[in-house]
Amino acid sequence: MARTEIKIGGFGGQGVILSGYIIGRAASIYDNKFATMIQAFGPEARGSACSAQVIVAEDPIAYPYITSPTQMVLMSQEAFSRFSPELAEGGLLITEEDLVTVRNLRPGIRHLSIPATRIAEELGKRMVLNIVMMGFYGAVAGVTSKEALRKAVEVSVPKGTEALNLSAFEKGWTFAGR
Amino acid sequence: MNADPAGVLTGAHFIDGDHACCEGAIAAGCRFVAGYPITPSTEVVERIAERFPRVGGVFIQMEDEIASSIAIQGAVWAGKKAMTVTSGPGFSLMMEHVGFAAMTETPCVFVNVQRAGPSTGLPTQPAQGDMMQARWGSHGDYQAIAVCPNSPQECFDLTIKAFNLSEQYRVPVFLMMDECVGHMTERVLIPPAEEISLVPRRWFLGSPENYEPFRAGPDMVPQMVKAGDGFHIHVTGLTHDERGYPNMSVPAQEKLVQRLHDKITKHSATIADYVEDQVEGADIVVVTYGITSRTALPAIERARKEGLKVGHLRLVVVWPFPEHRIRELASRISAFVVPEMNMGQVVLEVERCSAGKVPATLVGHTGGTVHVPEDIYQGIVNSRKGR
Repeated sequence: MARTEIKIGGFGGQGVILSGYIIGRAASIYDNKFATMIQAFGPEARGSACSAQVIVAEDPIAYPYITSPTQMVLMSQEAFSRFSPELAEGGLLITEEDLVTVRNLRPGIRHLSIPATRIAEELGKRMVLNIVMMGFYGAVAGVTSKEALRKAVEVSVPKGTEALNLSAFEKGWTFAGR
Repeated sequence: MNADPAGVLTGAHFIDGDHACCEGAIAAGCRFVAGYPITPSTEVVERIAERFPRVGGVFIQMEDEIASSIAIQGAVWAGKKAMTVTSGPGFSLMMEHVGFAAMTETPCVFVNVQRAGPSTGLPTQPAQGDMMQARWGSHGDYQAIAVCPNSPQECFDLTIKAFNLSEQYRVPVFLMMDECVGHMTERVLIPPAEEISLVPRRWFLGSPENYEPFRAGPDMVPQMVKAGDGFHIHVTGLTHDERGYPNMSVPAQEKLVQRLHDKITKHSATIADYVEDQVEGADIVVVTYGITSRTALPAIERARKEGLKVGHLRLVVVWPFPEHRIRELASRISAFVVPEMNMGQVVLEVERCSAGKVPATLVGHTGGTVHVPEDIYQGIVNSRKGR
């Protein structure tokens, strides 16, 4: 059973939950797979390290929580310190280049980073950094199709911001192909 | 009768269980919700507050849960379908009015998104500790119905079912969610309105002079009228006769309470809803409900791979309890295993119905998270020991 466990981490306001939502929506609505998203509730969702977990699978998902994440998208140093030790052997780690200094990474982890905040600022809106991350994630993670992820971005972002977010998505995707 | 298309968001959605419950209520025709928002049920009423103005519904954020649980009953007697939404601490406050709904045969839905208790406990984390409260929480003898969804899809489907059961039998129905299911986001397919069947209110269509509000026909469920439509109705929590007037006699009490009891127990085979997987020929049967029906699956699969004959009996409707099925199984299997996110509630029913023939092993959990499958697996393995 192909089951991918993904953890997105960052701080409140970075669009961590929305990122998890976009991956899950892409997989379950547009790629016809199964997806379960669980978001962190409680004090951690209100200011400090914030996280969302998504499971994507070919078959119905029984156990709803992630146990050994194989992919992580981390957008803050605190999220890196707190969550990266949980990453499974041979897992994929994606970090925001300027916000996360990667130290003491275990061998065997595939690590990629992207200056998503700078790219977002070049587009004129720092807030879309999570969508830049999603474009990059989509291109390297291979969990959802590009069309599905792009569509999920388009329908999940606030009305009126679709064009900006889609260009952020494309920038992230293209960055992966450099 | 089918759902009103105006309220049905037909299509594929990626939403959480709380939001799916809201959509199920709207599809079921619920147009009145009173509640005192409480984690982890808040998102249900948040969405209700946003959606209701567009479908002609009324949401009132009440002063507390006591008021919420009786406001909905006023709305029902005024002709609406109504529900309230809460979690443990609020559920406790509602208990007096659960009994009022049972006694006055007011069809309504109580949603409890269970969190770990006792008291305020763990507001943001799951448990299944209110199952016996849903069965016995109000004083006196009454029967209620409780359904347990295990996914956002079922939060939609079973909210509709809860409304249908409440209208069919004129009882309060409990939708017993938990924080995990409520805050879990998955695909929810909402069918076209014409594919959603609803049980309409059992209206009395005769003339006022022939109406007795609590006279029941052969199915033991009386017909309702709407307050303000010219019928003289009296609705009281006191023991009452068919006219609805208080009658403090032993025969009146016996007749009324026996009927309230019988209208559920004598229909329990119809109300029963459970899903079986490889129960025929099983040696051990794992009995689950709600989210535990999912967390048990990896454990069941592992035990089967190791050659154990493990069946899975998943209760969709927990109350009334499927006594008959448990008794049948107890006479031919060798053990029940009951994982639940409490210290042993539904396992007591399994034990009672097994009547000493086979052991029922609890895999308990104090709540705060869901079971790890390993614990349920160990429960399955241990159920074979000492036999």
